[in-house]
Formats: sequence, structure tokens, C-alpha cells
Amino acid sequence: MTTASTKPGEIILETQGLTMRFGGLVAVDRIDLAVPRALVTAIIGPNGAGKTTVFNLLSGVLRPTSGMIHFLRQRIDGAPAHAIAALGLARTFQNVQLFEHMTVLDNVMIGRHTRTRTGFLDAALSLPRARREDRDAHQMCLEALAFVGLAHRAEDDATSLPFGQQRLVELARAIVAQPQLVLLDEPAAGLNTRERAELAKIITALPQRGITPLLVDHDMDLVMDISHQVSVLNHGHKIAEGPPRRVQSDPQVIEAYLGEEAAAC
Amino acid sequence: MMRRLKTRITLIAFGVALLAAPLVVRRPYHQSIMVFIGINALAATGLNLLMGYAGQVSLGHAAFLGIGGYTSAVLTVNHGANPWLAMIAGVALTVLVAWVMGVPTLRLHGHYLAIATLGFGMIVNVIFVEWRGLTGGQSGIPGVPEPSIAGVALDTHVRFYYLVWACVYAATVASANIAKSRPGRALRAISSSELAAQTAGINTARYKLHVFVLSAALASLAGSMWVHYINFANPEPFNFAYSIELVVMAVLGGLGNIWGPAVGAGVITMLSQVLQPAGRLLGDWLGRAVIDLDVPAFGLILVLMLIFLPRGVTTSLGMLFQRRRSAGEAG
Repeated sequence: MTTASTKPGEIILETQGLTMRFGGLVAVDRIDLAVPRALVTAIIGPNGAGKTTVFNLLSGVLRPTSGMIHFLRQRIDGAPAHAIAALGLARTFQNVQLFEHMTVLDNVMIGRHTRTRTGFLDAALSLPRARREDRDAHQMCLEALAFVGLAHRAEDDATSLPFGQQRLVELARAIVAQPQLVLLDEPAAGLNTRERAELAKIITALPQRGITPLLVDHDMDLVMDISHQVSVLNHGHKIAEGPPRRVQSDPQVIEAYLGEEAAAC
Repeated sequence: MMRRLKTRITLIAFGVALLAAPLVVRRPYHQSIMVFIGINALAATGLNLLMGYAGQVSLGHAAFLGIGGYTSAVLTVNHGANPWLAMIAGVALTVLVAWVMGVPTLRLHGHYLAIATLGFGMIVNVIFVEWRGLTGGQSGIPGVPEPSIAGVALDTHVRFYYLVWACVYAATVASANIAKSRPGRALRAISSSELAAQTAGINTARYKLHVFVLSAALASLAGSMWVHYINFANPEPFNFAYSIELVVMAVLGGLGNIWGPAVGAGVITMLSQVLQPAGRLLGDWLGRAVIDLDVPAFGLILVLMLIFLPRGVTTSLGMLFQRRRSAGEAG
């Protein structure tokens, strides 16, 4: 698969008027986003702001009610999830969707699916090209596991790992797909301080591997540390956008989060 | 890797045991049971791929055996076709039917999918019974010839045994190869989380359809062999009870385990042989006609399995050995 031009800063994902309605409820309301290559972009907002819905729209899990999504200059709204993944868009899940009854390594190997071609017949006959493909994938997956610090757990049952490590396995699975963009859905949730620092290091290292991170998070600290640009959602609208410092001091943003704190009391 | 080496050794041992078995088992009655086990194992292998690896369900699989069987019967008896060609035609027709049926049905999940396959199986069985012009209705089609290889007719139990088990062996090796490769991983991913599988780039609808069609093709081969073996095709074996038997074989053997189908087929087929005289005895004792103990017995087995041994015999044994080994290492 050829990559589009690799100018840093070039917009690789954009949405125009992205809207998602569930019956009478407008979860996402005419959102415009522009994600530049090789920089860390974040979407934040209080609970229920529509962040995960945006991710579901971008990855093809949901079909937008209206609006357009362009990825690498191709229109992808309405395209099936597996086709979008094949174009180079990977994602992780908030509640970590690792595959059960499979080892850590096998879970990561699934990430190579869009970059490999072995079908039923080739596999059944154990043709040399099938075995070669598997060997190469095996190598690459071990390397990705080493990158996230989990190579020693390759043969363990994936769902037996502690939660923080499962997150990293899911990240490794996204990385080996060699995507241009990876959607990270609340990657820091449930991690302790040390794990969070590790995660921040890994995410900031992704652009060097040709992967642009777009993350959604509820937690301000991680986002402010590593993001180049932040968009803030509240009740499905975008209420602020810009560098972390500016967004952090935006009165509307403060009110949105304060409002949430007040509601939590 | 240790796991692959173990599988390879077991496959070789299995092959040797298969080759040698007819030399040890000499009574024709027992040899014929081995043929029946083989035919069931072939059908169960397809079902194992569908249920064990892809996490789907089929409660109407007997229909595919029937389509293969009747195609073989009709083409060889009414049109004098070569049995091998008829078998291939049977697979082709079954693939077509499975494809057409699979596209809308595989969009369903869980109970709905189960019921749809159940309904399909019943419809096909009714067609076998009612389309008397083609199938001979309840009387069936007698006089189905055996296939021949290089002029030698496969008209003995032993020769048929080798044919059937050669196919089972090939299907088992193919399953093992598929399981440890890209499509095998994709199937297991689909059965675990279809959502994550899709966002990882797996076309889940196409994979489910392909494995459904593959399992139907294997069933078709099994059905053709059945018909050629007993030289007769009739609707009775291709019914709901048999579909359930196949599911019990796959589950009992161990879903997702390549040895499951052979083990499950072996246990259930032999049990079935015991249940027949038992049913007759019970019938005599109660002063009625023969009592069919198959359905209640297999129903009971299924329930007990799901409570006590949900992973099946082979998988549970495997887990038992692993636990002992790691206990030994730790101790």
C-alpha cells in the first residue's frame, strides 16, 4: 500500500459537519475536526460529551446521520469498519477488546491481518508463502511487544494479564497494522501513575514510527503533557480548540468540567 | 515451537494408527462401525471449524449431508454418472445452497441463527421426503454403486474405511494448518469479539460465510460417502436428530480442538450402537415397539457436558495435562 505524501503537519483526517443522532438524542452535533500528521491530537470533554461516539464514527462502527469524514483524502463515512482499517486507521477500545482464549502474541498477530494475505486454501495446504508470511508477522509482532515492554509475556493467555498490560497489548496490536492514524480511546483509564508515564512515552514515540496518534481522554493531565492540539467537546458540540495551554484556560472549558464536578457532588 | 511439534507428532501417530487399525480390527461389523465413525468425523470436522473456531452454530447440518448424498444417488443411479464426479457435483450444489442460505442467515446472531439453521434443516428434509419424483420419497433410491479407484471397486468395509479416513485425515491436517495461520486467527477473533475483529480489518461477514460454506462442503462429502457405502439414499438419516448428534459430537469432542471431531464421533457412534439394542430391550420390557433412546441420551449428554465439561473431552484432557505439568514444575 503506498502512503500519501508524508509532509508533517499535513491533514490526514478531517470531518465536516459530523453528526450522529440516536432517535431524538443528538450525540454528536456538526463537528469539524482536522488531524495533522505526526503530531499528537486529543479530543477531551466531560462524560457523555460524545467522544467515544466520534471514535465509533471515525472507525466505521457507526454510520453518521450526516456529515463527511475524509481520511487520507478518501471519503470514509459509511464505509464498513474493516475497509477503513485496511486504509490505515487503527483503534483501541476504552474497555480493551482483547481476544479471549488466545495468547498475547496471537492477539497482536491479528493486527497484521490487513497487511497479510494468506487465505483458507493457502493456509490449509501450508504453502511456503503462507509460512513465510507468518514468520515475518511473528517477528514484527515480537518487536512491537518489545516496544511496549511485554515481549516476555508473548505466550501468556492475553486476558490473564493485568488491565494496564492488556491495554499495552491492544496498543501493540494497533501498531503492527502499520496504520497512518491510531485512535486511542481513553488509553490512560485504569492505569497508575507509573503506567501512565510509560504510556505517555510510548504515545509520543509513535510519530517516529509513522503513526499519528489521536486520543480521546477524560483525564486532563496526560492530554496536556503530550498533545500538540486539543479539541474540547461538550454535549456533542465542539466548544474549544487549540494548544493545550490555551484550551486549559478557556472559560467555557472550565465551566464544562466544573459543571461536571458540581453534578458529581 | 513446542506446541507445533507436539501437534505434528500426534498427527503422525494418528496416521499410523489409522493405517494399522483394520489389521487389528477384523470383524466386519466392527469395521463397518469404524467406517461410520469416519463419516461422522468428517462431518463433525466441518462443524468444528464453524462452531469451534468461528463461534457460529448450525442445527441443520444434516441437510448438507443429504444434499451431497442425494446428488450422488440421483446422478449415479438415474444418469449413470461416475461416483467421483457425482460427489464433486454434490459438493458444488451444496456450496451453492450454503452460500445462498448463508448470506442472509449469518447476519443473525445467537438464538436467531440457531433457529434459522434449524428451520433450514427441516425444510430440506421435507424436500427429500416430498419430491418423490427426484428422491423416491420415503422409499429412497436403492442400488447406489460404490466408487472405484483404478478399476478396483471400494466394495469392502476395509477399502471404504481407508477412503473415509484418508479424507478425515486430510481434513484434520487442513484444520490444523488453518488454525495456526491467519484465517484461523481471524476466525477465533470473530468468535471472541466481532467488533474488535472488524476494526482490526477482518471482513467478518465474508469469513463467516466462507467457513459456513466450507463446513457444508465437508458435510456434503460425508453424505456422499454414506450413500455410496450403504448403497442407498433415503431421507431418514438426514434429519434433525442427526443434526443434533453432529453437534453433540463436536461439543463432546471439544470445540476448537482438531482432535475433537474424531473423538466425539467415536464416542457418539459407538454409544449409538449400544443404544439400539438397549432401546429394543427397553421396548420389550415395556411391551411396546422399539424405543429410540438416541435423542434423550444425547440430550442428556449435552446437558451434562455443558455443566461439567464445557470445553469437551479433548480440550479438558489437554488442560488437565498442562495443569499437572505446571504443578510438577512449581513443586
